[in-house]
Amino acid sequence: MEALEQVKVRAEAAVPGAKVEIIPNVAVPAHSSLLLDREHAFGVAKFLRNDPALKLDHCSNVTGVDWLDRKVAKKVKVKKVVDGAEKEVEETQEEFFPGYLEAVYHLFSMSLKHGPVIIRMRTPDRAAGAHLPSLTSIWRSAEFQEREIFDLYGIKFDGHPDLRRILMWDEFEDFPMRKDYREPDDYEYEPTPHDEVLEKAKKRYPERPALDGAEKLSTEAKS
Amino acid sequence: MTTGFHELEEAPPPAITSRIEGDLMEVSMGPQHPSTHGVFRMNVALDGEVVRKLKPVFGYLHRNHEKIGENTSYLGSMPYTDRLDYFCSMTNNWAYALSVEKLAGIEVPERAEYLRVILAELTRLQNHASLLGFLLSDMGAWGTPLMYAFREREKILDLFESLSGSRMMCDYMRFGGCRVDPGPDWFARAQKIVEAFPKFLDEFEELIVSNEILIARTQGVGKLSAALAVSAGITGPMLRASGVNYDLRKVDAYGIYPRFKFRVPLGDHGDCYDRLMIRALEMRETLDILKQAMKDVPAGPITNPKVKIRAFKPPVGEAYGRIEGPKGELGFYLISDGGASPYRYRVRPPSFINLTVLEDMCLGHTVADVMVILGSVDIVMGEVDR
Repeated sequence: MEALEQVKVRAEAAVPGAKVEIIPNVAVPAHSSLLLDREHAFGVAKFLRNDPALKLDHCSNVTGVDWLDRKVAKKVKVKKVVDGAEKEVEETQEEFFPGYLEAVYHLFSMSLKHGPVIIRMRTPDRAAGAHLPSLTSIWRSAEFQEREIFDLYGIKFDGHPDLRRILMWDEFEDFPMRKDYREPDDYEYEPTPHDEVLEKAKKRYPERPALDGAEKLSTEAKS
Repeated sequence: MTTGFHELEEAPPPAITSRIEGDLMEVSMGPQHPSTHGVFRMNVALDGEVVRKLKPVFGYLHRNHEKIGENTSYLGSMPYTDRLDYFCSMTNNWAYALSVEKLAGIEVPERAEYLRVILAELTRLQNHASLLGFLLSDMGAWGTPLMYAFREREKILDLFESLSGSRMMCDYMRFGGCRVDPGPDWFARAQKIVEAFPKFLDEFEELIVSNEILIARTQGVGKLSAALAVSAGITGPMLRASGVNYDLRKVDAYGIYPRFKFRVPLGDHGDCYDRLMIRALEMRETLDILKQAMKDVPAGPITNPKVKIRAFKPPVGEAYGRIEGPKGELGFYLISDGGASPYRYRVRPPSFINLTVLEDMCLGHTVADVMVILGSVDIVMGEVDR
């Protein structure tokens, strides 16, 4: 298969206006990936499938990744006037990288038997309504996997034929695979709560009358 | 043989269509029905007995396996992979070990490679044999064929138990090798099972191949075109039954598979009968591989001594490793941030993705055929729901 640089150049030529960036992978150079811009991702993906030299007809794996906001401390030399004389002082500055959600597609070619070409798309932020274009109409195998990303990460795929929760139930509200997900504290329901569970239950259901009588029983036993 | 690739260029995105005539009855099939192989539900809209719409419902066994994997060490996920496809823990272990080895650039000693091939192929044997049994059970041949298959499966599980201590949850592979070294008597026992297996296969094939009821129930039922199979990411025996020659043991040539001679059986029609027969044919090829592999297992270490399995920290990067599991392409996608647990741990479950086309295969068939079509996909809910 041709080199990733060449794929990038040809994809940018085939889809006017498309911006493709190579994301290097130091540990496994063969698994470096292409970052597509959201507006032209659909066109580039279509090119990757239809191009006779690539023919990436098998979209094997589709998955989401959650990248949190990152602060990277950096030491910078700054010129400052100290006691009348100009000096070079080292200062630590914090560089801020905003977080984003990412969808990763692993593409192979079944007819030419090569691969993988890995493509990624990134949302602008981690808000609940982050949108990405759906590639289900190019590779049908993305249908359930994009639904899974929507379910667990909360990325909305525009153009998906049936975007619903798939593993969690429809009434579920949060996105469990996000890095900052905290599980709710009300799952250990007990008919007669005690100790820590009782404290949690009190917080959860403040106006519940005497918590099934369990409290009453315990106070009676004490007196 | 058709490959279907020429159609692929112009093939429009396959749309789900349902033709409605008169009143439809909505039936919820499952989740506790025995033919759903676990807890799986399908919302089916029926026109008389004919399926007009089918929506699978997942998640009854969902435990967020991937999140658990991201919160534990690399080694800590290894026993958890057994629980994905609990019929084939050996291949799950291998796929995970292979991905980690790819990520960290670990080499595997020769003897361990041989052991992996032998155990993976034994797993394939017992998976395919019990699938055929289950499929016949779904069609009403209740009990007998399944017990025939389970009799053989039990022998292989005994082998696994004597090696790893567990029949199904083997937890046998490690990064850069395997956990226990089998003695010479283990190989002798395995040899015996492999030698006796063709007899069972002949008997089983005689039982099913020319059976008129089986032919009536499976031929022409649940056809899957090669173009749709490729587009929908179908892998494994189901893809090859539609006539697409794509076997990762040949394509990726992982492990030491290039050393063995074997053929890749292909189907012609992509119906349930082809999917059933592909498994029977694949078992014969698997026996071939086993015979070749067991002939010359080299002596030597079974683990790479350079790998520190405990406190294991691979370099920053990502890797996608995949193997040809009995059910299809089983892949693991790992992102490492240099820490002791993976930043992202993703399982590519073959039976989950193979269910993408369940509706397409079932439309226009009767509700009784849905059982057969679902059975021929070969799903395990532990892997589908994760």
